[in-house]
Amino acid sequence: MLLVVLSGFLLAMSFPFLGKYLKKTLLPSILPIGLFAYFMTWLPAVQSGNPVFIQYSWINTLDIHLSFVIDGLSLLFALLITGIGSLVFLYTSAYLKGHEYLDRFYGYLSVFMSSMLGLVLSDNLITMFIFWELTSISSFFLIGFNNHDPASRKSALTALAITGAGGLFLLAAFLLIGQIGGSFSIQTLMETSSVLKTHPMYAAIAVLLFVGAFTKSAQFPFYFWLPAAMKAPTPVSTYLHSATMVKAGVFLLARFTPLLGDMPLWNNTLMIVGAFTMLFAAFHAIFKKDLKAILAFSTIAALGMLVFLIGIGTEEALLAAGVFILVHALYKATLFLITGIIDHETGTRDVDELSGLRMVLLPVAIAGFLAAFSNAGIPPFFGFIGKDLMYEATLHAGVWSVLLTIAAILTNIFLLFAGFQAGVRPFVGKLPEKFESLHLPPFLMWMPPVLLAVLGLAFGLFPGLINDSIISPVLSSMFKDTVDVHLKLWHGFNTVLGLSALTIGAGLALYFSYSLLKKYRPFIQSLSSFSAENAILKGGELFQFFSLRYTRLLQNGHLKYYLMTIIGFTILIMSYRLFFGVRLNINWAQFSSLRAYEVVMVLVLMLSAVMAMFSKSRLIAVASVGGVGYTICMIFAFFSAPDLAMTQFAVDTLTLLMFVLVLSKLPHYLPYSNMKTRLRDGSIAVAFGTLITILALEVLSEVPNKHLTEFYAQQSYILAKGKNVVNVILVDFRGLDTMVEITVLSIAAMGVFALLKLPLKSKED
Amino acid sequence: MKSLILRTASSYLLPLLLLFSFFVLFRGHYHPGGGFVGGLIASIAFILHFFANGLKTTKKIIRIHPGILIPIGLAISLSSGLFPMMADQMPFMTGVWMDGKIPVLGSVGTAFFFDTGVYIVVLGITLTIVFTISENV
Repeated sequence: MLLVVLSGFLLAMSFPFLGKYLKKTLLPSILPIGLFAYFMTWLPAVQSGNPVFIQYSWINTLDIHLSFVIDGLSLLFALLITGIGSLVFLYTSAYLKGHEYLDRFYGYLSVFMSSMLGLVLSDNLITMFIFWELTSISSFFLIGFNNHDPASRKSALTALAITGAGGLFLLAAFLLIGQIGGSFSIQTLMETSSVLKTHPMYAAIAVLLFVGAFTKSAQFPFYFWLPAAMKAPTPVSTYLHSATMVKAGVFLLARFTPLLGDMPLWNNTLMIVGAFTMLFAAFHAIFKKDLKAILAFSTIAALGMLVFLIGIGTEEALLAAGVFILVHALYKATLFLITGIIDHETGTRDVDELSGLRMVLLPVAIAGFLAAFSNAGIPPFFGFIGKDLMYEATLHAGVWSVLLTIAAILTNIFLLFAGFQAGVRPFVGKLPEKFESLHLPPFLMWMPPVLLAVLGLAFGLFPGLINDSIISPVLSSMFKDTVDVHLKLWHGFNTVLGLSALTIGAGLALYFSYSLLKKYRPFIQSLSSFSAENAILKGGELFQFFSLRYTRLLQNGHLKYYLMTIIGFTILIMSYRLFFGVRLNINWAQFSSLRAYEVVMVLVLMLSAVMAMFSKSRLIAVASVGGVGYTICMIFAFFSAPDLAMTQFAVDTLTLLMFVLVLSKLPHYLPYSNMKTRLRDGSIAVAFGTLITILALEVLSEVPNKHLTEFYAQQSYILAKGKNVVNVILVDFRGLDTMVEITVLSIAAMGVFALLKLPLKSKED
Repeated sequence: MKSLILRTASSYLLPLLLLFSFFVLFRGHYHPGGGFVGGLIASIAFILHFFANGLKTTKKIIRIHPGILIPIGLAISLSSGLFPMMADQMPFMTGVWMDGKIPVLGSVGTAFFFDTGVYIVVLGITLTIVFTISENV
């Protein structure tokens, strides 16, 4: 299983070496197809309803494992990821044929596929978070694939910023859950879910989790990154931004429903946010004329619908959500793929310019019609079953059922319109002359949408195909006490059927009054300055402005100001602590009597310090500073710290030598400071020195805690066979610290080398 | 600094100081000393030689770029920590000691290799920095 999840990363790693050869072939597509076949073999195992766990220990001490769970929900997503992934890989091979960076594109795609698989299969929260972030990162690269285009770079950054920030909230939620529930394993947490639900932090956990899920699944007010992400090549939009990645948020909510769901906060928030998002986005979708924008907004609406259904939280609603995930993935991927074909062949995505394309792109037109019909919920398509279940769920949702049903119907009417705009309008009517010379794209490009669209019809006609094998396990992984699921196409004449008919009728009416709608387009666009997108972007700009000012203030580039800031701040907090928290209590009797050579050393020390301050030559100043260093070494040596003395001695020598190296190269020594600055620096120095002295005296009067010292003194020979405690601490007890320190030093050396050696390509040259 | 006395002395001092630095390194476990200070002494030895004879001569003696010492040292230190994991299934950086003694050195454990790694890293770092500065300033 580990190999299966990580295979995409392995494939991506091989691209830098083999990409040149692989990109010309269909070989990269073998991976998703193989994975799809592999996950199909798991279908019988989940039918029993018992999830399968596969665990690889990773970091035991932190309870982080690569543990994977296969149940209905994760398998449905895994099949979507690998299945649609296979088609997208095949489609890409034709869509980006001969593209310079096709190998790179395949690499990103396979990294994404693996991350997504890891995300949906993870049972461990931390692993899930890591894969979650990896999907954001790979999505960044895929959106910004056309990196010559500034707009595409910008939308990649927006998407990364929004989903990445959401990821941080998610991490916070996971850590809280882990702290409170005592485990990072969802399976273990499930057994004690009441602990989480009754904990005072429940609200915090839920809200943090919501932010994570809403950013990823483009819910209001974070929706705007998704339309912007449509700058990506169409295979990416198909794969990430309609079928899989954006559903990660929905997946998360579905995964946590048994754990955190069935609480007023959970259900109400999801219902309100979902309902608002779906209405808002579906309404916007009907005023767009770029095919991809239409699809983007209808995707947001569909995601809102899913969040809404999970929010309702009844068994019927969760079943509807499970079915709708599949319905939507099938028809939306189809619509995106045909949009890609239209764009590829005609060079435009403007819905007003396109018509009559069925004459030249017949298989594509068939796929478009099928997908639009499934989206519309026209029987006998799979979408009809989905819509049926949805109305069933909203009608039985209790007090608010009427309002919820109206919201669902409105959204569905708008969605039907959007689907027809993308799947039907470009193909009907008269073929403009300029498109007459078009010809059908390669088989690999039109096969995937046709296949997906036909599946949408097949599942509708024969719901038995997926009923027991996948839909029923999906429901049982979201809802504990599941009764048998029976997907049916025909339920007889009842309210739900009436509502479906109403939806279809109203949607078609809207479709045929398109010319009327067009008139309102400018008005809707003029409202966009009040949008949430604008508010967040403005907030971002404000933040940027603030941080710029703040950075300029603190990072001013003058070493002496840095020192002054650091020392001044230390003085402030130390004097606050000393004057308000500590009573000075110096025990003179404790001190040993002065010895003559100690007095001499201190005098030398002071003399060197004064000389360093007042010398007129740089060499003397440097030598005096060296003198200070050496006398300190002597003091270390007197007070039985030979190791410290030796090291300090060597370091001082080296510092002096380095000074000597650069001394002759420095400009002439000038007294830069005037009386005022000297007074300022002097007073800071005196204040700091006084404080340190007081502190040192204060420390002496404290009763020292010798626990640690004694431990090292006793154990260093027994445990580490060393008599020099300092050295034993350095290489054994705290060896890891030393390891890190030498690594840091190495980085510093590399920094110096890079700074001085690599020629600065200055603009003056 | 082309002093004849210093130049003559430095060619004798270099091996002596290097020997001293090894001595400091080896005695570290029982007496004051260790890899860090040993590495510093060794680099001072080379720097003294470079002051007296010029960078080219010193570089010729060292032969390799001192920067190469850094990854070597890091690798030695790291592998001394990994060794107990690989060999005895013990946690990272557990001290493992050889049975019996080696003449002159005495009992040898992973801590010694760790300290040797530190010595090499410190030598590499100091020489890299000093040589780079003297070549480019």
